[in-house]
Amino acid sequence: MSIDDKLTELQETLDMFEDPASRADLLIGFADRFREVPPEVATRPFSKSHQVPQCESDAYVWAMLRPDRTLALHFAVENPSGISAKALAAILDQVCSGQPVEEVLTIDPGIVEQVFRQNISMGKGMGLKSMVLAVQALAREALK
Amino acid sequence: MTTADKGYAHPEALVSTEWVAAHLQDPMVRLIESNEDPLVYPSGHVPGAVQIDWTTDLNDQVRRDYISADAFAQLLSRLGIANDTTVVFYGDRNNWWACYSLWVFHLFGHTNVRIMDGGRLKWEKDGRPLTREVPAYPATTYALAGARHDAPHRAFREQVLTHMEAGGQLVDVRSPDEFTGAKLHMAEYPNEGALRGGHIPGARSVPWAKAVDPDDGTFKPAAELRALYQQEKGLDPSSETIAYCRIGERSSHTWFTLKYLLGFENVRNYDGSWTEWGNLVGVPVEKGPER
Repeated sequence: MSIDDKLTELQETLDMFEDPASRADLLIGFADRFREVPPEVATRPFSKSHQVPQCESDAYVWAMLRPDRTLALHFAVENPSGISAKALAAILDQVCSGQPVEEVLTIDPGIVEQVFRQNISMGKGMGLKSMVLAVQALAREALK
Repeated sequence: MTTADKGYAHPEALVSTEWVAAHLQDPMVRLIESNEDPLVYPSGHVPGAVQIDWTTDLNDQVRRDYISADAFAQLLSRLGIANDTTVVFYGDRNNWWACYSLWVFHLFGHTNVRIMDGGRLKWEKDGRPLTREVPAYPATTYALAGARHDAPHRAFREQVLTHMEAGGQLVDVRSPDEFTGAKLHMAEYPNEGALRGGHIPGARSVPWAKAVDPDDGTFKPAAELRALYQQEKGLDPSSETIAYCRIGERSSHTWFTLKYLLGFENVRNYDGSWTEWGNLVGVPVEKGPER
């Protein structure tokens, strides 16, 4: 499934959960599926070079380039209350992992508004957008 | 060090996570979680806690102000809070929003309120349980004595101007870059509309989070707070003091610190804060570091 197909599928899922309470349940479901970076990729203390700038949930991202030039994403969220960050990490993993780097670079950071709508403060929204940008920065780095 | 050992002026304003754990079934205690992130409460909260959303529950949805006394009474009735209920607030981000909710409760005269020291961070670091079960309590008949009474706790722009002109104590709790005017907003936050950067002339700069131990979110002991606010910044607990930030939420945290932990006798929160002052025509603005 292409990244566009996955984004369409995500949008269709989001559209089924329009009211705030059910949308929150959906996002918490994503957060529940969050899996922390495995120890073979990174262990604590995590390198600051993988820390997401401006993210108050203290999130970290790793982007591993596979031999077929697709990406494998991994995340850590150190703030135990970083539920939105965990939800977005799970969504980005679902949408981007296994996709070619070039396609991951086309993801619009506006996916954050698409997913969370106006239900997050501006500060948190900025931090979550930084997660998307961090994924893309690491993806570019992986290409070098 | 326990909360009781920290030397606060009003130690009863704080309760420990141990105290909360021992009062989870106490019908005279209502736990309220207030967070920045609306996903946090539904993802798991202290058993028995209800939620107050600062944007939708406490703010008037049309004009920039707080809800009416009638709306407040309806809110507390819905949450099963009676006039004699002890309300304990806690939340994410070092109780930032919990202190904001507590401050708003003061405007309505419900001052039988506490903060759970350390908030969610401490509760979770203690390894205490969280639940997704949203409790339902029988509605109460909450009786308010009268209209909202802002004066003791809230400062308005004309009062702040008069206070500033008289050389009164002002505490700017924003980040250093916001204080100097290098930035119009916090590092990780977008500009919320202030046209001018800087601070109210004469204000002392004490970023709000300096009052908190970042490891577990608890308030620092009184001796450390006194060293910061009184010795380092020269603030006098017996003088009238006004705290401000960007929209009055961070300064609620400092208001709580000064009023309850250090015993400042007359401290108010200017919730109009920089989003108002930084847009007002003709008011004095100072840039750069503290005088």
